[in-house]
Amino acid sequence: MAATDAHDPGGTERPSVSLIYNPALRRVLYQVVTLAIIIWAVYFAATNVIQNLARANMTAGFGFLNSRAGFDVAQALISYTPDDTFFRALQVGLVNTLVVSFWGIITATIVGLLVGIGRLSNNWLIARLCTAYVELFRNLPPLLVIFFWYLGVLALLPTARELFQTIKDNPDKIFFLSNRGFYMPAPIFGEGFSLVVYALIAGIVAAICFAIYGNRRQLATGQRPPVLLVNLALIILPPVLTFVALGMPLSFDYAIPGNFNMRGGMSVGPEFIALYLALSLYTASFIAEIVRGGIRGVSRGQTEAAFALGLRSSHAMRLVVLPQAMRIIIPPLTSQYLNLIKNSSLAVAVGYADLVAVGGTILNQSGRSIEIIAIWMLIYVSISLTTSLFMNWFNAKMALVER
Amino acid sequence: MVSADRTANNDKDKGSKMAKKILSTLIGAAVLGLGAQAASAGTLDDVKAKGFVQCGVNGSNLAGFGAQDSTGNWTGLDVDLCKGIAAAVFGDATKVKFTPLSAKDRFPALQSGEIDILARNTTWSASRDSQLGFDFRAINYYDGQGFMVRKDLGVNSALELNGASICVQSGTTTELNLADYFRANNIEFKPVVFEQQSEADAAYKAGRCDAYTTDASGLYSIRLKMDNPDDHVVLPEIISKEPLGPAVRGNDSKWFDVVSFTHYAMVTAEEFGITQANVEEMKKSENPDIKRFLGEEADSTIGADFGLPKDWAVQIIKAVGNYGEAFDRNVGEGSPLKIQRGLNALWNKGGLQYAPPIR
Repeated sequence: MAATDAHDPGGTERPSVSLIYNPALRRVLYQVVTLAIIIWAVYFAATNVIQNLARANMTAGFGFLNSRAGFDVAQALISYTPDDTFFRALQVGLVNTLVVSFWGIITATIVGLLVGIGRLSNNWLIARLCTAYVELFRNLPPLLVIFFWYLGVLALLPTARELFQTIKDNPDKIFFLSNRGFYMPAPIFGEGFSLVVYALIAGIVAAICFAIYGNRRQLATGQRPPVLLVNLALIILPPVLTFVALGMPLSFDYAIPGNFNMRGGMSVGPEFIALYLALSLYTASFIAEIVRGGIRGVSRGQTEAAFALGLRSSHAMRLVVLPQAMRIIIPPLTSQYLNLIKNSSLAVAVGYADLVAVGGTILNQSGRSIEIIAIWMLIYVSISLTTSLFMNWFNAKMALVER
Repeated sequence: MVSADRTANNDKDKGSKMAKKILSTLIGAAVLGLGAQAASAGTLDDVKAKGFVQCGVNGSNLAGFGAQDSTGNWTGLDVDLCKGIAAAVFGDATKVKFTPLSAKDRFPALQSGEIDILARNTTWSASRDSQLGFDFRAINYYDGQGFMVRKDLGVNSALELNGASICVQSGTTTELNLADYFRANNIEFKPVVFEQQSEADAAYKAGRCDAYTTDASGLYSIRLKMDNPDDHVVLPEIISKEPLGPAVRGNDSKWFDVVSFTHYAMVTAEEFGITQANVEEMKKSENPDIKRFLGEEADSTIGADFGLPKDWAVQIIKAVGNYGEAFDRNVGEGSPLKIQRGLNALWNKGGLQYAPPIR
C-alpha cells in the first residue's frame, strides 16, 4: 500500500512534497525544456544566417542553380556542356558519385567475402595473406589509400607518348592502358540489336522459372534436374541465335592514337580507377572482418552437423554456415556501405568529378556556400537512407523465420 | 627509395591539407551561419583593436605571390601588400598574420570574417564584386591566363592543343576562361580538374596532362617547380584579362580605402623615385607633392582622414619599398621568376600601374 501511495501525484497523505518532485510533471517538464532549447537554437541559427547574409550583401535561395555553369566537367556520363546550368552540373556530379559507390560496393562485398572466409581457411598461407591484407588496409586512412593508388597509377603506367610508341610496334592491340586511363573498343549497336537484348531477358526469365521448377521437383521427388546446364543454355542460346540470325548487327569503335590522347573507343580515367580501387579495397578489409565475425558467430555444432550429414566443406559453408552468418553480417555491412558512399567524397583529392568536387566548384563560382552545403547534406542523407532502407528490407528477408 | 619517401611525405602533406581545407570550409560556413558576431563599426577599428591584420594568402606556395620559405617566413607580392597595410596601420610590418587558403576556401573565409583582407592573386570580376559582395579597386598585378606545355610536344600555340588533356584548378576564373576559349575556337579538350594547385602541379609533372593553364605569372612560378624548368615552355597566347588585386568585404569604405591606398602609396612612391633606402632623405624634399605624400606638411590630414598615422606612407615604404622594388624582389629581375614589368610598368612607362593623386 505504502508504495503505491508514494507515487500518487494527487495524494493528500503527503502534501508537503514540492511539485518539482512530481514524476509526471517532471517528465513533461524535461520534454518541454528540451523542445524549447531546440526551437530556440533553430530560430537563433536561422535569424543569424539571415542577418549575416544581409551584412555580407548576399541573398539566400536556390535560383542560382538555373544560371549557366560555364565550366567543363572532366568525367560526364550524362550529356553536359559548359552551356548547361549549375543544376545539370550537380546531376553530373551525383551520377559520378553513384557510379563509383555502386561499383565500389559490389567489389568491396566480393573481395571482403573472399578475404573474410580466407582468414578462416585451414591453409596457413591463405589465412596469413588475408590477415595481412586486412591489417594493412584497415589501418590506413582512406585518403592515403586513394593517393597511393592515384600516384601509383600515374607513376607506373606508360604516358600517352609511350603508349603511342607501343601501338606503332603492335598495331593489333585493342585494349590500352596508360596514365590517361584504360581504353577499350566502344560497341556500336546496329539495327535490330534490341531484339538480342529482348532474347536475353526472355532467356533469363525462362532460366529463373526453370530454377524454381527444379527446386520444387527436388523437394517433391528428391531428384534434381540439371538446372545449371539447362539454365546456361537458356541464357546463352536465345540471344546468340538471334544475333546470328540478324546478321550480327554489332560493330566496334576502336580507340586510336589522336594528337595528344587516344581518340574514340570507351575509356575509364585514372581518377576513377584510383578512387574505385581505393574505396573497394579499403572497405573490403572491414567487410572481411564482419564476415569473419559473422561466420565465427555461427556455432561450431552447425558445421559439425553438416559434416556429419556428409556435406563437403564448400557445401557446408554455402548451405549451412553462410545463411546463418548473414543474419549477423548484414546490419554492420550496411554501415560499411554507407561509409563507402560517404568516403567517395574524398574523390575531390584526385580530381574525380563527384558531387563534392562539382559542388565545390559551383560554390566558388557562385559564392553560395550555405545553399551548396545544404544540397550536399540533403543528397548524401538521401542516398544513405535509400541504401539503409534497401539493406533493412534485405535483412528482414534474411532474418530467421521462426515457425 | 627516395621517390617512395617523397611520395609518402606528399601524401601526409596532402592529407593534412585536405583535412584543413574541409575544416576551414565548414568553419567558414558555420561562422557564416551561426557566428554570433555583433555588428562592428568597421574592419579598420576591429584590426586596431585586435592589434594585427589577418591576411588571406595563397596556401599552395605560389612563388612570387604568396609562399613560405624554409624558415616559415612569408614572401611574395601579395604578402608585401599585407605587410604594407600592417605598416600603415601600426607602423610595424610584423603585425600581420597570414591564413593560407585554397582557391575554393578564399571567398567563404573573407565572407565569414575569418580574414580581414584577401590578397591571394584573386581576379577582380563583376560577379565577385556584385554577387559575392566584395570590393576590389587596387590592382597589384595585371595578369592574363596562359598555357604551359612540355617542349617535346612540339606545340607552338594554344590553338594546336586540339584533343589535349589540360590540368586546371577548380573554382577559378581560369576554369571558366578555358571552357570559353576552346569553345570559341571550336577546339576539343579534356579538362583534368583539381581543387588544390599542388595537386594539379603533381599531376602535370606526372604527365597526366599535356598542358597546364593558369595565370601567366602562376605558370612561371610552377615552371620553376618542375624537375627541369627548361623542358617546359609557356605558350604565347594570353586568353583573358586577369586583374589581380586585394579584396575586402563590401560596405566598409574606411578599410577599403586603407587597403587600396596602401597599394597606391607604393605606386606613388615609385613615381616619385622614393625607395626603401632613400625615404628618410626624401622627407627633406622641397617638392610639395612629396612632402604632402610623406606627411611632412605641417597641416597635412591625409593620414588622419584615413584613420592612419601621419607618416603612414613612410612606414609602408620603409617596410616593403615602392611598387617597383616589391615587384623586382618578388617576381621581377631580382627573383627566380624574372617576369618583365610589361602591363605592370608605371603608366608613364607604358604600363597600367596608375595611382590617383594623393592630396
